[in-house]
Amino acid sequence: MGSPVPTGEAPLSAATSTSPGLRPPTRRGTELVMLGFASALVTAALILVEANQEQALTMQIVYYGLAYMALFAVAHLAVRKWAPYADAVILPCVALLNGLGLVMIHRIDLAFEGKVIQGELYSAKAPKQVLWTAVALVLFCLVLKFVKDHRTLAKYGYTAGLVGLVALILPGILPSFIAPEINGAKIWLTFGAFSIQPGEFAKILLMVFFAAFLVSKRDLFTAAGRRFLGLDLPRARDLGPLVAAWAVGVSIMVLQKDLGSSLLFFGIVLVLLYVATERAAWVVIGLVLFSAGAIVAWKLFNHVQQRVANWVDPLATYNDAGGGYQIAQSLFGLGTGGIFGAGLGAGRPDLIPEANTDFITSAIGEELGFVGLSAMLLIYAVFALRGLRSSIAVRDSFGKLLGGGLSFALCFQVFIVVGGVTKLIPMTGITAPFLSYGGSSLLANYVLVALLLRISDAARGPKVTPKPKPQQPAIADQFTVMVERPK
Amino acid sequence: MNTPLRRVGIAMMVMILLLMGNATYVQVIKADDYRKDDHNRQRVLLNEYSRERGQIIASDGTPLANVKGTGDSFKYQRVYTNGPAYAPVTGYYSLIYGSGGIERVEDDLLNGSDDRLFARRLSDVITGRDPKGASIQLTVDPKVQQAAYDEMTNRGFTGSVVALNPQTGAILGMVSTPSYDPNRLASHDGDEQETAWKEYTAEDGDQPTMNRAVRATYPPGSTWKVVVSAAALEEGKTKDTPLTAAGSITLPNTNTQLPNFNGTPCGGGETATLEEALARSCNTAFAELAGELGDAKLTKQAEKFGMNDNSLTMPLTVAQSTYGPVPDKAALFQSGIGQRVVEMTPMENAVIAATIANGGVRMKPYLVQKLIAPDLEVIEETKPDEAESAVSANTANTLRDMMLKSETNTGGEGRLSGVNIASKTGTAEHGVDPAAVPPHAWYIAFAPAEKPTIAVAVIVENGGDRGLGATGGKVAAPVGRAVIGAYLAGR
Repeated sequence: MGSPVPTGEAPLSAATSTSPGLRPPTRRGTELVMLGFASALVTAALILVEANQEQALTMQIVYYGLAYMALFAVAHLAVRKWAPYADAVILPCVALLNGLGLVMIHRIDLAFEGKVIQGELYSAKAPKQVLWTAVALVLFCLVLKFVKDHRTLAKYGYTAGLVGLVALILPGILPSFIAPEINGAKIWLTFGAFSIQPGEFAKILLMVFFAAFLVSKRDLFTAAGRRFLGLDLPRARDLGPLVAAWAVGVSIMVLQKDLGSSLLFFGIVLVLLYVATERAAWVVIGLVLFSAGAIVAWKLFNHVQQRVANWVDPLATYNDAGGGYQIAQSLFGLGTGGIFGAGLGAGRPDLIPEANTDFITSAIGEELGFVGLSAMLLIYAVFALRGLRSSIAVRDSFGKLLGGGLSFALCFQVFIVVGGVTKLIPMTGITAPFLSYGGSSLLANYVLVALLLRISDAARGPKVTPKPKPQQPAIADQFTVMVERPK
Repeated sequence: MNTPLRRVGIAMMVMILLLMGNATYVQVIKADDYRKDDHNRQRVLLNEYSRERGQIIASDGTPLANVKGTGDSFKYQRVYTNGPAYAPVTGYYSLIYGSGGIERVEDDLLNGSDDRLFARRLSDVITGRDPKGASIQLTVDPKVQQAAYDEMTNRGFTGSVVALNPQTGAILGMVSTPSYDPNRLASHDGDEQETAWKEYTAEDGDQPTMNRAVRATYPPGSTWKVVVSAAALEEGKTKDTPLTAAGSITLPNTNTQLPNFNGTPCGGGETATLEEALARSCNTAFAELAGELGDAKLTKQAEKFGMNDNSLTMPLTVAQSTYGPVPDKAALFQSGIGQRVVEMTPMENAVIAATIANGGVRMKPYLVQKLIAPDLEVIEETKPDEAESAVSANTANTLRDMMLKSETNTGGEGRLSGVNIASKTGTAEHGVDPAAVPPHAWYIAFAPAEKPTIAVAVIVENGGDRGLGATGGKVAAPVGRAVIGAYLAGR
């Protein structure tokens, strides 16, 4: 077992420190076993896909499985070294989700193999995603190594906020040769063959900013305003940050036509405010603002109206351009899959446009059925709730806020995308964390995991004492010795 | 901060539960609606393709439609052993263009999703076997089908042949020519499917995918005189009742002449008996007879034979054969010779012949003999179903005798020795200018007359190989006789 690494930072409060001799179990062994289990599941899924798609079954598949295991073994070793007390369940959940995503992306590749789409021969996405996974895991290790204590991030709160804001807005205001509109959303920056989605990273940067900002200015927001209908309303001038967030959210919606990110961003800010101030009034005000914004957007913008119409009745707009075809196909896939699913590789998820990105959960629902989709949702739930538990356990306010925000962000993103593809809420283009094809999303989400693990490490680990100071007994307990006065 | 964090945790759990609840709604409660939605046909078809579809087999076990395993992602391809000859029966099964015929109407059984296969499907899930579809055994007799198809195609005829077992209503043969090769539509090569489909459904083509036996209606011409005779006999007339023998008459309230074939008088006398009028197929006699019987009685008799019924499925949907409405007396006269207000499918004409052969009792025609589960157990067997009594046994016997006379009087080749056939021919005018368009040639018959085992109806469109000079006897009768001969020879 690895040894706890002193962070070198001053403890929050010396009064709460426990005896350094008593160390909680690290549970790293459990994590390794679960990672092995996740790799085995992913390998089994790959075998099913290959068999159902009439591909030759060779030892190659087992090697893929082992390579996958090796990849996560590296991540495991990084955790063992740099965050030994981190939560043992989170990384296996991520490994399983990411692996399942890779298998589904590969499965869609097989369906499109050799086909010409929009004048170009379809190129396989799975190898690229494997590469992204490797890069993301490297980033994951780097974050664990260099962010030794999450509290250091608070120092860079304003910098993170500024960078995050710029990253979020940039694609919306840049000319389209560098920020083209893809599938109706202007959220990409392209540099030649390489393109990134800065919004994915902005999500985390802005969370760091808000957490730091709210912790430092916490008293401001809890200052009593007027009471109205049983709610403690904040003072009008304290509404500033919330209004700013709302304005940013609306501008994403208008400039980038990215409803999903707008909703996600706004939701995160609202939850952070609520957690920091413990006052429900913020949620109420936020929801009112959001509803007003949504109604105005619906009145003003065609693309919002279209999304709502597709949600109300996808079959009515089935044949329209940008109509309900995609949602309808998703529902048909889910319905045809039924309770137990068509079987991995035996359904037709390739009929759903964007089945390897935003609609990957419909593909899973079609082939693994209601059972598989529910299992996947529960993995997300376990993942997010473990993160939240760590935030509750961690001792510093910044850690609580950041951890709670990251956990909520993950869960809320799942709600937005899965709710969208299953017609619970209007569809807003957004990726399914760890499942969807896309490098930016994967990289950003691995940073999110690394930060959550860092926070959980701080929560579960022994209370570190910066230097083993010699224990000074209280004055009263000191022996009184007679000393000879020096001459 | 822990209290709000816990509340956020509850909110997260609620979100996940909402998603799972909605997934239950979509994937369990509404699943069937989505699966069966018309827009989802493509996905369901693709799923069906990867399942081993049931066979379609003839009455003697000859496979008509089968599957062969393929190396591609569809797993199985439909193969029709004698495609064009059986196409009107089997139909086609195309990835792009859907399905037709038995492939369409019995699709649930063939693809294995029918509720009657539920228990077996469940055991397939548990035991891990690949689900299979049920097989369908048809009533079609390959001897009859092949003979009919060969006769029609060897002569290059466009038209249809339907053969029934008069006692049961079982369809022994159902041919429509020119036909098409369903194998081309079942190809897994999309281009081949498209080429074939375009060729088969071309606007200016001869519509090979139309099953003329049940989907096309024609004026029955003189074969209709059998029905008029039936109405007359049921009204108390006999085969010796005298009718006009004039070579031509004027239609009531018009100046239009209605002549006999070639304008010749009906036999040597002033009058001709009903029997002689039918044997010689005298138009004037039957026009006046129809006028005398009237619209109501003829309609009643026609409906007893199955006309004006738009609900017949066997299980392929049969187009409605119609008698009436009769606008005036002239039309009533013309209806007596099977023109103007009478339209029928070859299937209906075969039913009329079979009804007379069966002592006046009309049997409901059927094509499916048995449904056989993948484990070879018979799920269901069709029992003959009596539709109604169209005429009394006496009338049927009289009609049979009259039709025997008619056969003796009919020309054409292919007479069978040692078999008594009761028949009636028809030469039906059609088109805007009937004199310039070759007529449709009809032949309805049953044999052996003493104890009929087969009834046939043959139609050859537009005179076949005889042009304007075509008659039912010259063109259609040889086909019908050959089919009867093929069937009886094999027994």
